[in-house]
Amino acid sequence: MARLTYPLRPWRGAVLLIAGIYFLVPLLASLVFTVDVPGQGLTLESYTQIFSADGFTAALLRSVGLALCTVALALLLTLPAALAVRLSGSGRLRAVLEVVCTLPLVVPPVALVAGLGTVLKWGPDHLATTPLYQTFVAIQNPSFPLVLVFAYVVMALPFVYRSLDAGLRAVDVRTLVEAARDLGASWPRALFAVVLPNLRTALLNASFLALALVLGEFTVASLLGFQPFAVWIVQASGDNAQLSVAVSLLSLLLTWGLLLVVTGLARTRGTRGARKSRKKEAV
Amino acid sequence: MTTAPPRTGTALTIRGLRRTFGSAVALDGLDLDVAPGELLALLGPSGCGKTTALRVLAGFERPDAGEVLLDGEDIVPVPANRRDTGMVFQSYSLFPHLSAADNVAFGMKMRKVPAPRRRARAAELMELVGLPEHGDRFPHQLSGGQQQRVALARALALQPRLLLLDEPLSALDAKVRVQLREEIRRLQLELGITTVFVTHDQEEALSMADKVAVMKGGRLEQCAAPAELYDRPATAFVASFVGTMNRVPGKPTSDGLAEVLGVRLPVDGPATGSVFLLRPEALEVTEGGPDTVTSSSFHGASTRLTVRLADGTEVKADLPSHAAGSFGAGASVTVRPQRRPVLAAGEAA
Repeated sequence: MARLTYPLRPWRGAVLLIAGIYFLVPLLASLVFTVDVPGQGLTLESYTQIFSADGFTAALLRSVGLALCTVALALLLTLPAALAVRLSGSGRLRAVLEVVCTLPLVVPPVALVAGLGTVLKWGPDHLATTPLYQTFVAIQNPSFPLVLVFAYVVMALPFVYRSLDAGLRAVDVRTLVEAARDLGASWPRALFAVVLPNLRTALLNASFLALALVLGEFTVASLLGFQPFAVWIVQASGDNAQLSVAVSLLSLLLTWGLLLVVTGLARTRGTRGARKSRKKEAV
Repeated sequence: MTTAPPRTGTALTIRGLRRTFGSAVALDGLDLDVAPGELLALLGPSGCGKTTALRVLAGFERPDAGEVLLDGEDIVPVPANRRDTGMVFQSYSLFPHLSAADNVAFGMKMRKVPAPRRRARAAELMELVGLPEHGDRFPHQLSGGQQQRVALARALALQPRLLLLDEPLSALDAKVRVQLREEIRRLQLELGITTVFVTHDQEEALSMADKVAVMKGGRLEQCAAPAELYDRPATAFVASFVGTMNRVPGKPTSDGLAEVLGVRLPVDGPATGSVFLLRPEALEVTEGGPDTVTSSSFHGASTRLTVRLADGTEVKADLPSHAAGSFGAGASVTVRPQRRPVLAAGEAA
């Protein structure tokens, strides 16, 4: 509140203006480029083309599916580990977990995909006679390449772990669990009734980051020869400049919308809980 | 608490409790008896094992050996969530995502008590701890003292057989602390609930408890009523830990008495050694003499003088403030013990 009483300094406006120009001008230019076709005047043809273009829906759904799987798997891996480390109170284990989860930041996606590609090529040759061969085939199913989820989980690990760790820092997990157990809650109930609700923001933040990462990922998918949304954009638009810009704009809007939904989820849940108990002691 | 008949309280017995963490011994064979409805304070310096003892009672720590009997039944194998104990923690432990009333009702929810009854009982408990209007507040909207009241209500909600308090007042302001401890005691007496209270504050322990158990190094030094603990400490450690104690040179005489500061006094226990223990209020100070006042500090009704005796020993003496007015720093005085039994310091400490 106190901030409102500060005099509006002119340089703030200048910074805002410059930032606005930096971000908005390219967007507006792109928009104009897609709707103002020379010789045809204003037309939305580029956009209508997208939806009728081959593979648009499939690629989009594939990306969203990959993103959701990545979020689920990444949380399933990190959350129990982070909680266990907190509850054990072992500083050494915590350091190990932190290093392990931060490691992927050091490995560039290109290196990751090079390794992954080698294994994918080598594996089937050596395992042709074992049931694992089928596994290799299954995870590379082009309509839903599970192998990408594994790669994305590794890439998302640092971000997911960081946001969870920040959330865990804010609450005294151990005392909360003990208080819940003392009041008759079993371990699973203590976890679901007390710990997870208090980590909601952290969980949403983690999901948010993982989602954004997967939806925009190009390198790994492209080099492994799969076609999620980002790769599809590049391929679909190679020959049509207007179409490609239109798709970029759309995907930007889409990602932005998705992230808004996630943030909105955090807010509505919070206020609903507060309103309920304000109305009546929601015991 | 009008709906439930007053409980008669549960007897708690602890036998030979041992717990080690690696090479550190937290509990080294602890024995304790708490009568039904009694408030026992576990007192000791940090690291004496008092918190570990409480956590064993709550079921958060498994003892390496020993038993914990509630009305004669060993509860060591019972997991924490089926123990029927209510605990108030040192740090604020309310669930941040639940309102105060929901916090209080949490235990009942776990026991599947129907919602209307939960609500009614939670309101009743909030009233009991003096916060009838705060049921729909969230923990972050409550002061520290209010949070601990809610935590107390939450711990009492299931009518536990044993109430465990882990330094619940240590994070609070001095004034709130005193007020809340009186209230905890009032409630505890009213409900007749057997209670174990961990604290490192001897004043807190002496003013609230029926019995105080002083611990050191994982063992019980002495367990007695506050007055007895103060007047007749069993060991030198208890004597120095509870209240202020002067260590004064003296010598035992042949007839079983001891000569301390020139006065022959009866001795509690064996009169051995050359050091005797005297409380500050057991000393009399008169004008003129070989001893020198080095400082005086005013405590309202009483004034504490620090006096250097002729042989160099420093002692503390408490006088009524009206009598101490003439003794400023540097005054020459004589210190004499009142004719009360003294305690030999023994070899230890």
